[in-house]
Amino acid sequence: MKARTRQALAGWCLAAPALVVIALFFFVPVIGGLALSLTDFDIYALADLRNLRFAGLDNYARLLSQPLFWSAMGNTAYFVGVGVPLSVGLSLAAAVLLESRLTRFKPLWRTALFAPMVTTVVAVAVVWRYLVHVKYGLFNEMLGWVGVDPVDWLGDPRWSMPTVIAFAAWKNLGGNMIILIAALQAIPQDLHEAARIDGASAWARFRHVTLPGLAPTLMLVTILTTAGYFQLFAEPYVMTQGGPLQSTVSVLYLMYEEGFRWWNLGAASAVAFLLFIVILAVTRVLSWAAARWQPGAVT
Amino acid sequence: MKAVVAWAVNGALAVVSLLALLPLLWMVSASFMPAGAASTYPPPWWPAEPTLVHYRHLLGEGGIGRAFVNSLGIACVATAVSTLLNAAAGHAFAKLRFPGRDRVFAFMLAALVIPGQVAMLPLFLMLKGMGLVNSWAGVLVPSLAGIFGIFLVRQVARSIPDELLEAARIDGASELRIFVLVMLPLLRPVLATLAVLAFLGSWNDFMWPLIVLTDGDLHTLPVALASMTREHVQDIEMMMAGAVITVLPVLLLFLALQRHYLQGLLMGSVKG
Repeated sequence: MKARTRQALAGWCLAAPALVVIALFFFVPVIGGLALSLTDFDIYALADLRNLRFAGLDNYARLLSQPLFWSAMGNTAYFVGVGVPLSVGLSLAAAVLLESRLTRFKPLWRTALFAPMVTTVVAVAVVWRYLVHVKYGLFNEMLGWVGVDPVDWLGDPRWSMPTVIAFAAWKNLGGNMIILIAALQAIPQDLHEAARIDGASAWARFRHVTLPGLAPTLMLVTILTTAGYFQLFAEPYVMTQGGPLQSTVSVLYLMYEEGFRWWNLGAASAVAFLLFIVILAVTRVLSWAAARWQPGAVT
Repeated sequence: MKAVVAWAVNGALAVVSLLALLPLLWMVSASFMPAGAASTYPPPWWPAEPTLVHYRHLLGEGGIGRAFVNSLGIACVATAVSTLLNAAAGHAFAKLRFPGRDRVFAFMLAALVIPGQVAMLPLFLMLKGMGLVNSWAGVLVPSLAGIFGIFLVRQVARSIPDELLEAARIDGASELRIFVLVMLPLLRPVLATLAVLAFLGSWNDFMWPLIVLTDGDLHTLPVALASMTREHVQDIEMMMAGAVITVLPVLLLFLALQRHYLQGLLMGSVKG
């Protein structure tokens, strides 16, 4: 009995420092954020708390009737909707190529493809800004070799978001690739052998052996990437400042501007919570779809 | 036929790998070009007359040296503290019975879906009240412990047999001694993984330091670099030198500890 209380005490003591940090600097602010989003907290309240008023759902109502909020939502949805399939698709292609029995120098390619993943977003976004420069950028130079006219990648509102998406796909290729490689290695070799003996073509083997074996991991990677891509911020901040014509203003960019440029912290909190609700809803729908597609595949 | 396919596969990989490395290679190449050389037509691939002038300027009066020290200091403290706190909590959640343990853990796991940005605005106000805005402490507090880190340690700690701990208990060792002398050595691989992830996470973090650090002297590398781009858009070569200084340490760290980092990624994918 005494040993049990001693263990319980030790358990709480060892867990306490981390729990206090998480409670104080995560859970309390999350609840505070919810409260904040129901107030009109602005620069006047920042100066003097007596200027703070309870606003109910006003912030939410105002946001939902604001064109800029919807265009930020639309831009973010564009980034997620195109960026996630592209990212996951490229990672899958890279993983399959790397795991081919014909591939040599595997560690070399793997490290090269993974390198962008560990780099600092801000630094490589700066690099990309110059690479896609309309006049002096190497991208247009290389496209020129095959006869494509120069494109103003970040200056043309039609191309700005596709460029940010290409950047994200490049930057994040390695992470999902590594996870998919592990999943590929977990597919029993006998299945491939059996299919080969049955005379299945490479495509048929990919379609009927590899893909079903990968399905749960593929869904998981898609869900994690989706949740991550909704949090787009540093890329537009560095590459485009939300422009041109606000074509790359993301939801978090809007939150940052609203909160730390105009000091409308109440409205900015409402933006954060709306984004949270959207992420939750979309990832829930994806998991639900995954569970139906492949029973018991993803939690 | 097979040889052709093998050439195609390896050729494709070589091309894609080169494309993946191209921005990084160009970054290094341009950082050695004299001012203005990168904005000529056609764009040069190599520096005709390599120079170190941008590195010398940035590390001297350019203030990037200062940012480097800030980034390094913050990343080291965040890594050391978060690894230790997560290890202790992970061990407790895995190996020690205490009332409320499972409920607290389930609650934290459920909270993993909440994006950190939801907490940023109120946290900023809290820190402002405590006088921690614009200080290292302000940048550090949210990264001193993490739910995901605790989860990783717990996963590994659960696979360590209870008999080892029981034997130490029978010998009369205190729970603290057991954690330090028995568990920590056994947890070393996962702690290395956790430390690499924490260091890279802190070094590469942008949004939170951008919000908290208003004073240029305290800026971390990403924040300093981002504010440089707004003033020095034309100075391509100098910006590239700044990017190299920011990226090189983490790239080297990754190359040295590749195994631990990849391991962490794989363990992370199990959490969903």
